[in-house]
Amino acid sequence: MKIKKGKDRVAFDALSVLLVGLFSLCCIIPFYLIVVGSFTSEHTIVTEGYNFFVKIKDLSVDAYNIALRNPTSIVKAYGVTIFVTVVGTVISIFMTTMTGYVLARKDFPWRNKFSFFFFFTTLFNGGLVPYYILCTKYLNFTNHIYALILPGLFTVWNMIVAKSFMSGIPFEMIEAAKIDGAGDFYIYLHIILPVSKPLIATLTLFVALAYWNDWYNCMLFMSTGETWNLQYTLQNILNSSEALKKIAAMTGMQVGQMPSEGLKLAMTVIATGPIVLLYPFLQKYFVKGLTVGAVKG
Amino acid sequence: MAKRGRELVKNIKRYRVLLAMLLPTILYVVIFAYIPMGGIVLAFKNYNYNLGILESPWCGLDNFRFLFVTNKIWKLTINTLLYNIVFILVGLVFEVGFAIMLSEIRNQVFKKISQAFMFLPYFISWVVVATIMLNIFGSNGVLHHILTYFGMGDYSIYRNTKLWPLVLVIVKAWKQTGYGTVVYLAVITGISQELYEAASMDGATVWQKIRHITLPSLKPTIFIMVLLSLGNVFRGDFGMFYQLVGSNQLLLESSDIIDTYIYRMLTTSPNTGMTAAAGLYQSILCFICIMIANHVVKKVDPEYTLF
Repeated sequence: MKIKKGKDRVAFDALSVLLVGLFSLCCIIPFYLIVVGSFTSEHTIVTEGYNFFVKIKDLSVDAYNIALRNPTSIVKAYGVTIFVTVVGTVISIFMTTMTGYVLARKDFPWRNKFSFFFFFTTLFNGGLVPYYILCTKYLNFTNHIYALILPGLFTVWNMIVAKSFMSGIPFEMIEAAKIDGAGDFYIYLHIILPVSKPLIATLTLFVALAYWNDWYNCMLFMSTGETWNLQYTLQNILNSSEALKKIAAMTGMQVGQMPSEGLKLAMTVIATGPIVLLYPFLQKYFVKGLTVGAVKG
Repeated sequence: MAKRGRELVKNIKRYRVLLAMLLPTILYVVIFAYIPMGGIVLAFKNYNYNLGILESPWCGLDNFRFLFVTNKIWKLTINTLLYNIVFILVGLVFEVGFAIMLSEIRNQVFKKISQAFMFLPYFISWVVVATIMLNIFGSNGVLHHILTYFGMGDYSIYRNTKLWPLVLVIVKAWKQTGYGTVVYLAVITGISQELYEAASMDGATVWQKIRHITLPSLKPTIFIMVLLSLGNVFRGDFGMFYQLVGSNQLLLESSDIIDTYIYRMLTTSPNTGMTAAAGLYQSILCFICIMIANHVVKKVDPEYTLF
């Protein structure tokens, strides 16, 4: 059946395509500009500024050379970010799914009490100051790598997503396993986790993204560059000439010779690249997770 | 009582494995959320680092008096509130608008690609957004280049502080819209196609269908989403304001919010007690707002209440 398109239909379709097209271009072009800028030679940037296109003769990989040659700060920051993301995500997934599993067990008598006990932390908190003093003075966070891992391990939002997903798993599966003599932890590990793969994928994406993009904890707790992650290193290169001087000193260059503008953009590409490359494969899970979380369990 | 006690012991025994599985999270929440809640006593103390939280002397409401004596905190509260309200409204228009347009687009490839592009900004950190801003709007940025090309010369938003509220609103919409459309798009997909077909039979135009079918179907979701964000209306987006505005004195006047103020005070001011008081002030505002929002949501649609 083909209904003839009315004038309004044509107008609306044209408007939709135009606006959606424009907006998505606005979303993608900045990424393109960053990439182009990072491959532009410093001389061109300084004399002509960043541009939409770059002539072949102005192409340069100097910025990447510096960024990757200098093993003491940027490569190290990469290591910190990867380590924190992997370790943090693995622990976080176990903690979140375990909590979700217990709270979704219909026979667990205190499930509502504990749910509220966790949930209350999103209603009221002590603020930044007591938290900061606790972490630095009593938990010894300063300049320790676990200061980047611990704060992101558990969020109530992820707990709700896990709980509502696991509430959808038929309780009969658990009961049948219990009759067969399986323990509660065994059920979690061998029955619940294997059927929760979509949940795990979604949570992994949420959590890993948060770890990868974190600069806040680094800013709060790291004073020396030894344990800086990618984002915080980038922030420093962006905002302080000190950071550039340090890199210059490490590579044995004069600050004046450094491709400092290009370096900022090359760093941005290095810090964002993995996300942008992985993202098309993960978008599906992300959308799924969002719609799961939108309806509270 | 004795019977209930015995019941409890029995239950604890029976569910000991489940309780043990919950233990890491319980410990975590106690350490990182409940113990800092006890730290609100700091707001009533003259904090001395060497004495620690418990030993520092009490000072009554002095910290609050210092906090409210200048107009600063009012200005910050208003800033936080206004920015958030504008973010919510603009976000709503963008998210609902693009969700409706995306749902009407028939070309699946175009739809998939544009949706993927729109989602991308959500995935990057505010640090990266700050580089992007410099790259485009900075003194040798792309915009400058284009404007010079057209002979419009020297213009930088970094020198034009009046524009910053607008810049922040645009950047926020740029980063959040793709994410925000997902929920609305899911609701639109769920609307029965028969409604639209019947309306078409009756000769309804596209605009009429949007006005009388799509928007009314979205109304509950819109209402709930707005209410839930209003619950957090006194909590600013620290990452955004810190990375984009930073400590730029020119911009701070119009773009300082409670969250950035507290962070700056924490790192630069010796008056920890007053900073804690500011934090407590914000926490209480948030708490009241969330309670009100939740109460209203409960009246409208109990399905969506937070607790």
